[in-house]
Order: sequence, then structure tokens, then C-alpha cells
Amino acid sequence: MSHELRGSSAIVGVGLAGCGEAHGRMPLDILSEATHNALDDAGLKLSDIDGLFTGSSYHFMPTLSTAEYLGIKPKFSDGSMVGGSSFVAHTLNAAMAIKNGLCEVALICYGSNQRTAGGKLATMSEQQIYEAPYKPRYPISSYALAAARHMHQYGTTRENLADVAVAARQWAKLNPEAFARGDLSREDVMNARMVSDPLSLLDCCLVTDGGGAVIMVSSERAKDFPNKPVHVLGTGTAHWHRQITQMPDLATTAAVDSGKRAFEMAGVTKNDVDVVELYDAFTINTIMFLEDLGFCAKGEGGAFVSNGNIAPGGILPVNTNGGGLSCVHPGMYGIFILIEAVRQLRGGCGDRQVKDAEIALVHGNGGVLSSQVTTILGTEATL
Amino acid sequence: MTSSTDKFAGPGPDQVYYEHLRNGNFSLPKCKDCGELHFFPRVVCPHCGSFELEWVGLSGNAEVYSTTVIRRKPERGGNYNVCLVTLEEGPRLMSRVEGIDAEDVKIGAKVSVQINNESDEPFVVFTPTKEA
Repeated sequence: MSHELRGSSAIVGVGLAGCGEAHGRMPLDILSEATHNALDDAGLKLSDIDGLFTGSSYHFMPTLSTAEYLGIKPKFSDGSMVGGSSFVAHTLNAAMAIKNGLCEVALICYGSNQRTAGGKLATMSEQQIYEAPYKPRYPISSYALAAARHMHQYGTTRENLADVAVAARQWAKLNPEAFARGDLSREDVMNARMVSDPLSLLDCCLVTDGGGAVIMVSSERAKDFPNKPVHVLGTGTAHWHRQITQMPDLATTAAVDSGKRAFEMAGVTKNDVDVVELYDAFTINTIMFLEDLGFCAKGEGGAFVSNGNIAPGGILPVNTNGGGLSCVHPGMYGIFILIEAVRQLRGGCGDRQVKDAEIALVHGNGGVLSSQVTTILGTEATL
Repeated sequence: MTSSTDKFAGPGPDQVYYEHLRNGNFSLPKCKDCGELHFFPRVVCPHCGSFELEWVGLSGNAEVYSTTVIRRKPERGGNYNVCLVTLEEGPRLMSRVEGIDAEDVKIGAKVSVQINNESDEPFVVFTPTKEA
């Protein structure tokens, strides 16, 4: 018997705003422009929204500040904060709220002016008192420690890491909306300024502005919208640690569990997945998540991402918008992988369109490889 | 009620940890039920869920589990090491290896604890273990 949440709700509107540079705008300005675009896409009005799901590095009580700005009075709100994976996790909470009649039209949204506000990562995070004396650089040092350990355990190389960045750039070159579209070679990544060994500047995601919004309704209601509905087939969440010192094995993430849970709820396997959108904050993420989600064996991620396997024309399309590495990354990125997956499943992505895409896997990451959230989306045909 | 609160009497684990360090002792809580030690110090054993803990002294022997060099311009102090070490007794913590260049810290290297008292709160660093 399939899970009662499987396919119970669908995404009927998506919108982006301010991706790249959004001069003179505050985070909630950008979030609201993205919401406008998602509502337009769905043919809905602001007053139709009765469920609000959002996270922020700028607002301590993000649902309150966002609803106040938009002038809406939601019946149900959720500001669950699991870093950049929050927005992917919100699909599960929105599906539950819709299924139980707590709201009918859910808005999942985010906005940030990280780039034009000076490039500093806004954070309300508490200091990690047992790490502070050693002056780690957040978040990169934690990812660097994981990358170094993965290289030690499995023989992963800097060339493998570089190939992730190169594949992302090749996708970005096919996406007119991507921020970084210049030529990029493996050597460029290897020769870039080292920041925290083994990660160079080009192993790191972009720092941009940007906002995104997603509108979800029940699958029954989803039939009556201008665009093809994209159904939420399953979502799984998992977290095993907060600080990198507490991660049980630095070469394996809790995506092992979140992926398993999402696949179980969706009733599909990795072989059914046509397109993969992963949270690539750093190049090592893509390698570890592909392993932990089961697309290749543990330790073989380095080889899997090489030779153009995840680039356009490869065996598995991964991060088709160009990823956080080359498309957009305003502080938290989770909303953007949802949006790219929806666009791929609707069709109409132009040069980067994955042919006949019916099922997409979206994988969000939060903290320092801490929160892992997997969502599987599908077209009408997959219900 | 009395028995359940007795084990929580006195200062919390964070204060006890630093008090030990100030006295020159590197100690951590050990579970009386499963026998595992843990870091960072808590009132509960994260391995088995027991609240029955006792403080034990550590050998100070450890192995580098992972390492990174944080690049910094020379005029700002130059490159420095941040690593994770696994203690002989099991727990893992963040630290740095001193006495060698940051680039020369290798995964698997044997290191020994030193208590650094230069700032208000003492903290532990490690140096390469001398071959016997």
C-alpha cells in the first residue's frame, strides 16, 4: 500500500527573482518579487495563500516577518530551520498541512541579498564553543575536513572535485539565467586560490542575491492550473549531527537515511530518476550525495562524476541549472533546486531540458553536512 | 525525586570540563552503563541514553582523523591548521596540531595533548608524538 502522502499534493507555481545581483533590495523585497512571479505562474492572488513556509538568516521569526510584509494572514505557518535544506523539508510539512485541511494554498519562499549586501554570510547561528578556539572558517572548513577524509578513505582526488565544478559550469552555459557562464576547465579549478585545503575558491558555491517561491496545493485541485502540476511523491528527512566534530563518519552523510525514506514514500527507485538536483555548496557535496543516495557505490563518487558523466550528455543529468556552483547561491539554496526540478518536469527548459523527464530527485543540505532532506517529484504520469 | 536530582548536583558538565583543564587535567564524562566516553561533555550519554556518568582522566594520546590548512595572508598571521583528532579513548574533537607546519599535519598521525592556557578559557591542542 502506498503512503497516504504520496502524490497527495502538487507544485502549481514557481517563481525566481533577483538572481545574481539585486541592487538596492532587502531580502523580503526579493522574496516578495519571487512570490509575485510564482503567483503569476499559478494564476493565483496573494490573498489565496493561507499556508506559509519560510526560513531566513535575516529574520528571527521569519514566518511572522514575511506574512507581515506580504500583508497575509496565514492559517498555518512553519518556519522550521534546518539551514539550506529548510525549503525542501517544507514540502513535507506543506503536504501534511494540505492533506489534513490545515491550509489549501501553501507558499514556500526565500529571499536574500547576500551578494550586494557585501558578500558576508548573514547568520544568527550560536557560536560553537568547543570549536571557536581553533578559528575554523564557517562553513568551508567543515566541508574541507569532510573532503580530506573522503580523499583519504576512498582515494578521491582534487581532479574529481574539479570535475564537479566543470560539469556544473557546462550546465550553466546552457542556462541563460545562470550567473557564472564563462569557460571553466579542470585546471582552472585546480589552480584557483586555495581557501581551506583541499578546497579552492572554485570548489565553493557562488555568492549571489536571489529569491525563490513555490506554490503547493492538493493534487485534486492541481488539475485546474495553467501549468502542468508537479506532484510531491515522497520526502524524507534525516540529521545525525550539528557540528562537524559530531558527524559519525565524515565521508558518509545522513542522506543515506533521507534518500531511503523519500524513495520508500515515493515507491520508486534510483533507476526511475530522470534528473537530479543536489545542494552543491561545495564540490565534495555532489560526490558524497550521489553515493549516499545510491546512484553509485560508497567511495566511487569520484569516478562517477568524472569523464562528463553528470555533465550535459552524460549518464545522469545532475544540477541542470548550473547548481549553487555556477547558477545561483544566495546564502541558502534549497528553494532553487526545487524550482529547477519543477521546470525540468514541466518541460520547456530549452537547451538544458532533460528529454522526457518524468521523475526528479531533489536533495537539500543544511548546516555542515548536518541536515539532509530528499524530495522526489513526478509528473501526472507517475501518480 | 531526590535520587534523580542527586546525579545532577553541582556545576554542569561544561564548567567541570574547564575546571579540570584549569587544574591541568584533560578529562571527559564516561558512561557507567555502556562504558563509552563522549565529547562535548553532556549530562546524558549520547551513545546509549544513560544519565549515569562519571568523569575520567584521559591518556592524551590521539590520532589525526582529518585536517585542513586555512589559508591566510602572511600579514594577517599566515596559514594555520584546523583538524579533528580521535582520542585513544574514542571521542573526537576539533583541535590543531602545533610544532609543525600546517601543511605537514597528516591524517593518521599520532599526536599528544597539550593544555593551552593563553586565553581566559583553557583549551587543548596537540603536538606530534615523539617516536618511542
